[in-house]
Amino acid sequence: MDILRFATAGSVDDGKSTLIGRLLYDSKAIFEDQLQAVERTSRARGTEYLDLSLITDGLRAEREQGITIDVAYRYFATPRRKFIIADTPGHIQYTRNMVTGASTADLAIILIDARKGVLEQSRRHAFIASLLRVPHLVLAVNKMDLVGYSQERFEEIREEFTAFASKLNVTDLTFIPISALHGDNVVSRSENMPWYQGSSLLHHLENVHIASDRNLVDVRFPVQYVIRPQKATDPRFHDYRGYAGQVAGGVLKPGDEVLHLPSGLTTRITAIDTYDGPVQEAFPPMSVTLRLEDDIDISRGDMICRPHNQPTVTQELDAMVCWMSESVKLTPRAKFAIKHTTRTARVLVRDVQYRLDINTLHREESVKTLALNEIGRVTFRVTQPLFVDEYARNRATGGFILIDEASNATVGAGMIVDAR
Amino acid sequence: MPLCDYTTSQLDVLEAESIHIMREVVAEFERPCLLFSGGKDSIVMLRIAEKAFWPAPIPFPLMHVDTGHNFPEVIEFRDRRVAELGARLIVASVQDSIDAGRVVEETGRRASRNRLQTVTLLDAIEEHEFDAVFGGARRDEEKSRAKERVFSFRDEFGQWDPKNQRPELWNLYNPRIRKGEHIRVFPLSNWTELDVWDYIRRENLELPSIYFAHTRKVFERDGMLLADSPYVNRGDDEPVFEATVRFRTVGDMTCTGAVESTARTVDEVIAEIAATRITERGATRADDRFSEAAMEDRKKEGYF
Repeated sequence: MDILRFATAGSVDDGKSTLIGRLLYDSKAIFEDQLQAVERTSRARGTEYLDLSLITDGLRAEREQGITIDVAYRYFATPRRKFIIADTPGHIQYTRNMVTGASTADLAIILIDARKGVLEQSRRHAFIASLLRVPHLVLAVNKMDLVGYSQERFEEIREEFTAFASKLNVTDLTFIPISALHGDNVVSRSENMPWYQGSSLLHHLENVHIASDRNLVDVRFPVQYVIRPQKATDPRFHDYRGYAGQVAGGVLKPGDEVLHLPSGLTTRITAIDTYDGPVQEAFPPMSVTLRLEDDIDISRGDMICRPHNQPTVTQELDAMVCWMSESVKLTPRAKFAIKHTTRTARVLVRDVQYRLDINTLHREESVKTLALNEIGRVTFRVTQPLFVDEYARNRATGGFILIDEASNATVGAGMIVDAR
Repeated sequence: MPLCDYTTSQLDVLEAESIHIMREVVAEFERPCLLFSGGKDSIVMLRIAEKAFWPAPIPFPLMHVDTGHNFPEVIEFRDRRVAELGARLIVASVQDSIDAGRVVEETGRRASRNRLQTVTLLDAIEEHEFDAVFGGARRDEEKSRAKERVFSFRDEFGQWDPKNQRPELWNLYNPRIRKGEHIRVFPLSNWTELDVWDYIRRENLELPSIYFAHTRKVFERDGMLLADSPYVNRGDDEPVFEATVRFRTVGDMTCTGAVESTARTVDEVIAEIAATRITERGATRADDRFSEAAMEDRKKEGYF
């Protein structure tokens, strides 16, 4: 059994909470005591049917205001897969939450109200999913019951959205007509829409192929921690020196020739260690410990790669940045801490090339600052070299976060566009 | 090269993620510690810690906030496991906090030291100057925990502000704090109760005996079975009887309910959980029953 991580985008009005409640309920991930709580609340609010959207309510303020504030993570499993849902709010002010949820997602579900069609916010959600390189996109056209399960309406929306999506980097786009409220095409195929020949949403989630989404070509091993057992009771480990980390790309094997950055020195992997014994290969997302043939000075923040396939070593970054701070703005000359793989440095904002209107995709070149929830293309100067790939090629070596050094808050997320 | 062969099972993915989180903490903080209660989640967390730093020993101390009302089987297990590992255990005692006048013992039938633990925990974090504290909480446990970050920032009062959390993207965690603040780190955030049990089976981890079916003197309160013990104020209308039970969670004897069960092995427990229709906290934790937001309120104060 593997894991599929997916993000859901949409507002309460689109029926997103109802859809998640439906998935959890129909896959039996909702327990009796949770259901009883929902029943009590439904009754107290005068709702006649079981309001499945209440299942996903978390914080007190959310229940009081009937909104979702933050990314919530939910879990369910079927015999085929374990699912992790990043449930993100859909309002414009919560763009940062969708960016957060999409950053680790294999798939994104965008909810559209069949009566309203493709709205500005649907375009925004699709854009964010493509910006974060979520490999699979599902457009769930919801509330089909309210448009008489009309094939014509579904096709209209499909055509309109397909036209828009052609401007984005979307590799896999699937349309599913559903009714989250009544369960049509959520877990099983609906009898109300015999014209729809595709799979139900859950069937799609269970079967979408994600194994090849990982980068297994470019070997990237950011060194996270050096393991040197100083007080090892076992004499075998007196001289042990291992480089611990999580594989960010490619397949590593004992005997492979590897190159260390920043030194540029080459050596060989002598062993790939784990607590459970040495392994013959390591690939994403494994956490392992490498031993190397030569005694090179290696520390946290360094990178191990292949001599003929290296990341770009650079102090200049060109990236799409999503700004996440209410109190601090991104402006030219501003300085921040940057965390990229296991390396932390400082950056200076050289230039804001443009702010992107995420509804129209129009580039506003006269705008030179980014405020909360705004996205733009920014160039930076870094205090020390980073080992980067384009985000489109590798999410792990192409993404970074920016930290405000005064408040210590995480204020921005960046995706490297051009690694020169 | 057949790329599609590089699949990874859900437990391997979760384990790799948890190891990554632990290594980040040890690389970036000066004084981490791991909360070890002897419960199943902290037992899993301890195994992850062994794996993350092998062949080096676990590079941080363990800490247990002891209410003095714990199950003796769990304390015995805790001490044995710590000795096996050669780890350093700090016991922060709620009784000491009471004796020092930091907290006042609750009175009445429902008196419990559960809530008092928060003060003891925060005092110990301050005393030992811990800057990162590993906890075994999972997001699937409870609705306010569903919104918890892996690196969860706590201010100088130990408080959690759920509406003002740091965005957390990819596997990049923000470790920055000022002196006196700390980060609660939850390496098992993405695990479910069933994942934890599957892992216990796979790793052949030993658990305290109370997780398995045994005969015990219990009484009923609020539809839950509580263990009869000297620490609990039982009324005359709450008669004691013997039942075959096990515990799904391990906490204070005063507020941890038992479930009727005949599951005596890990396999039997897994079968039982897979079929159960009640969440583990809903079934067994009186502390979450105060109100709809009981956990959220305690977490804001600095609870686990």
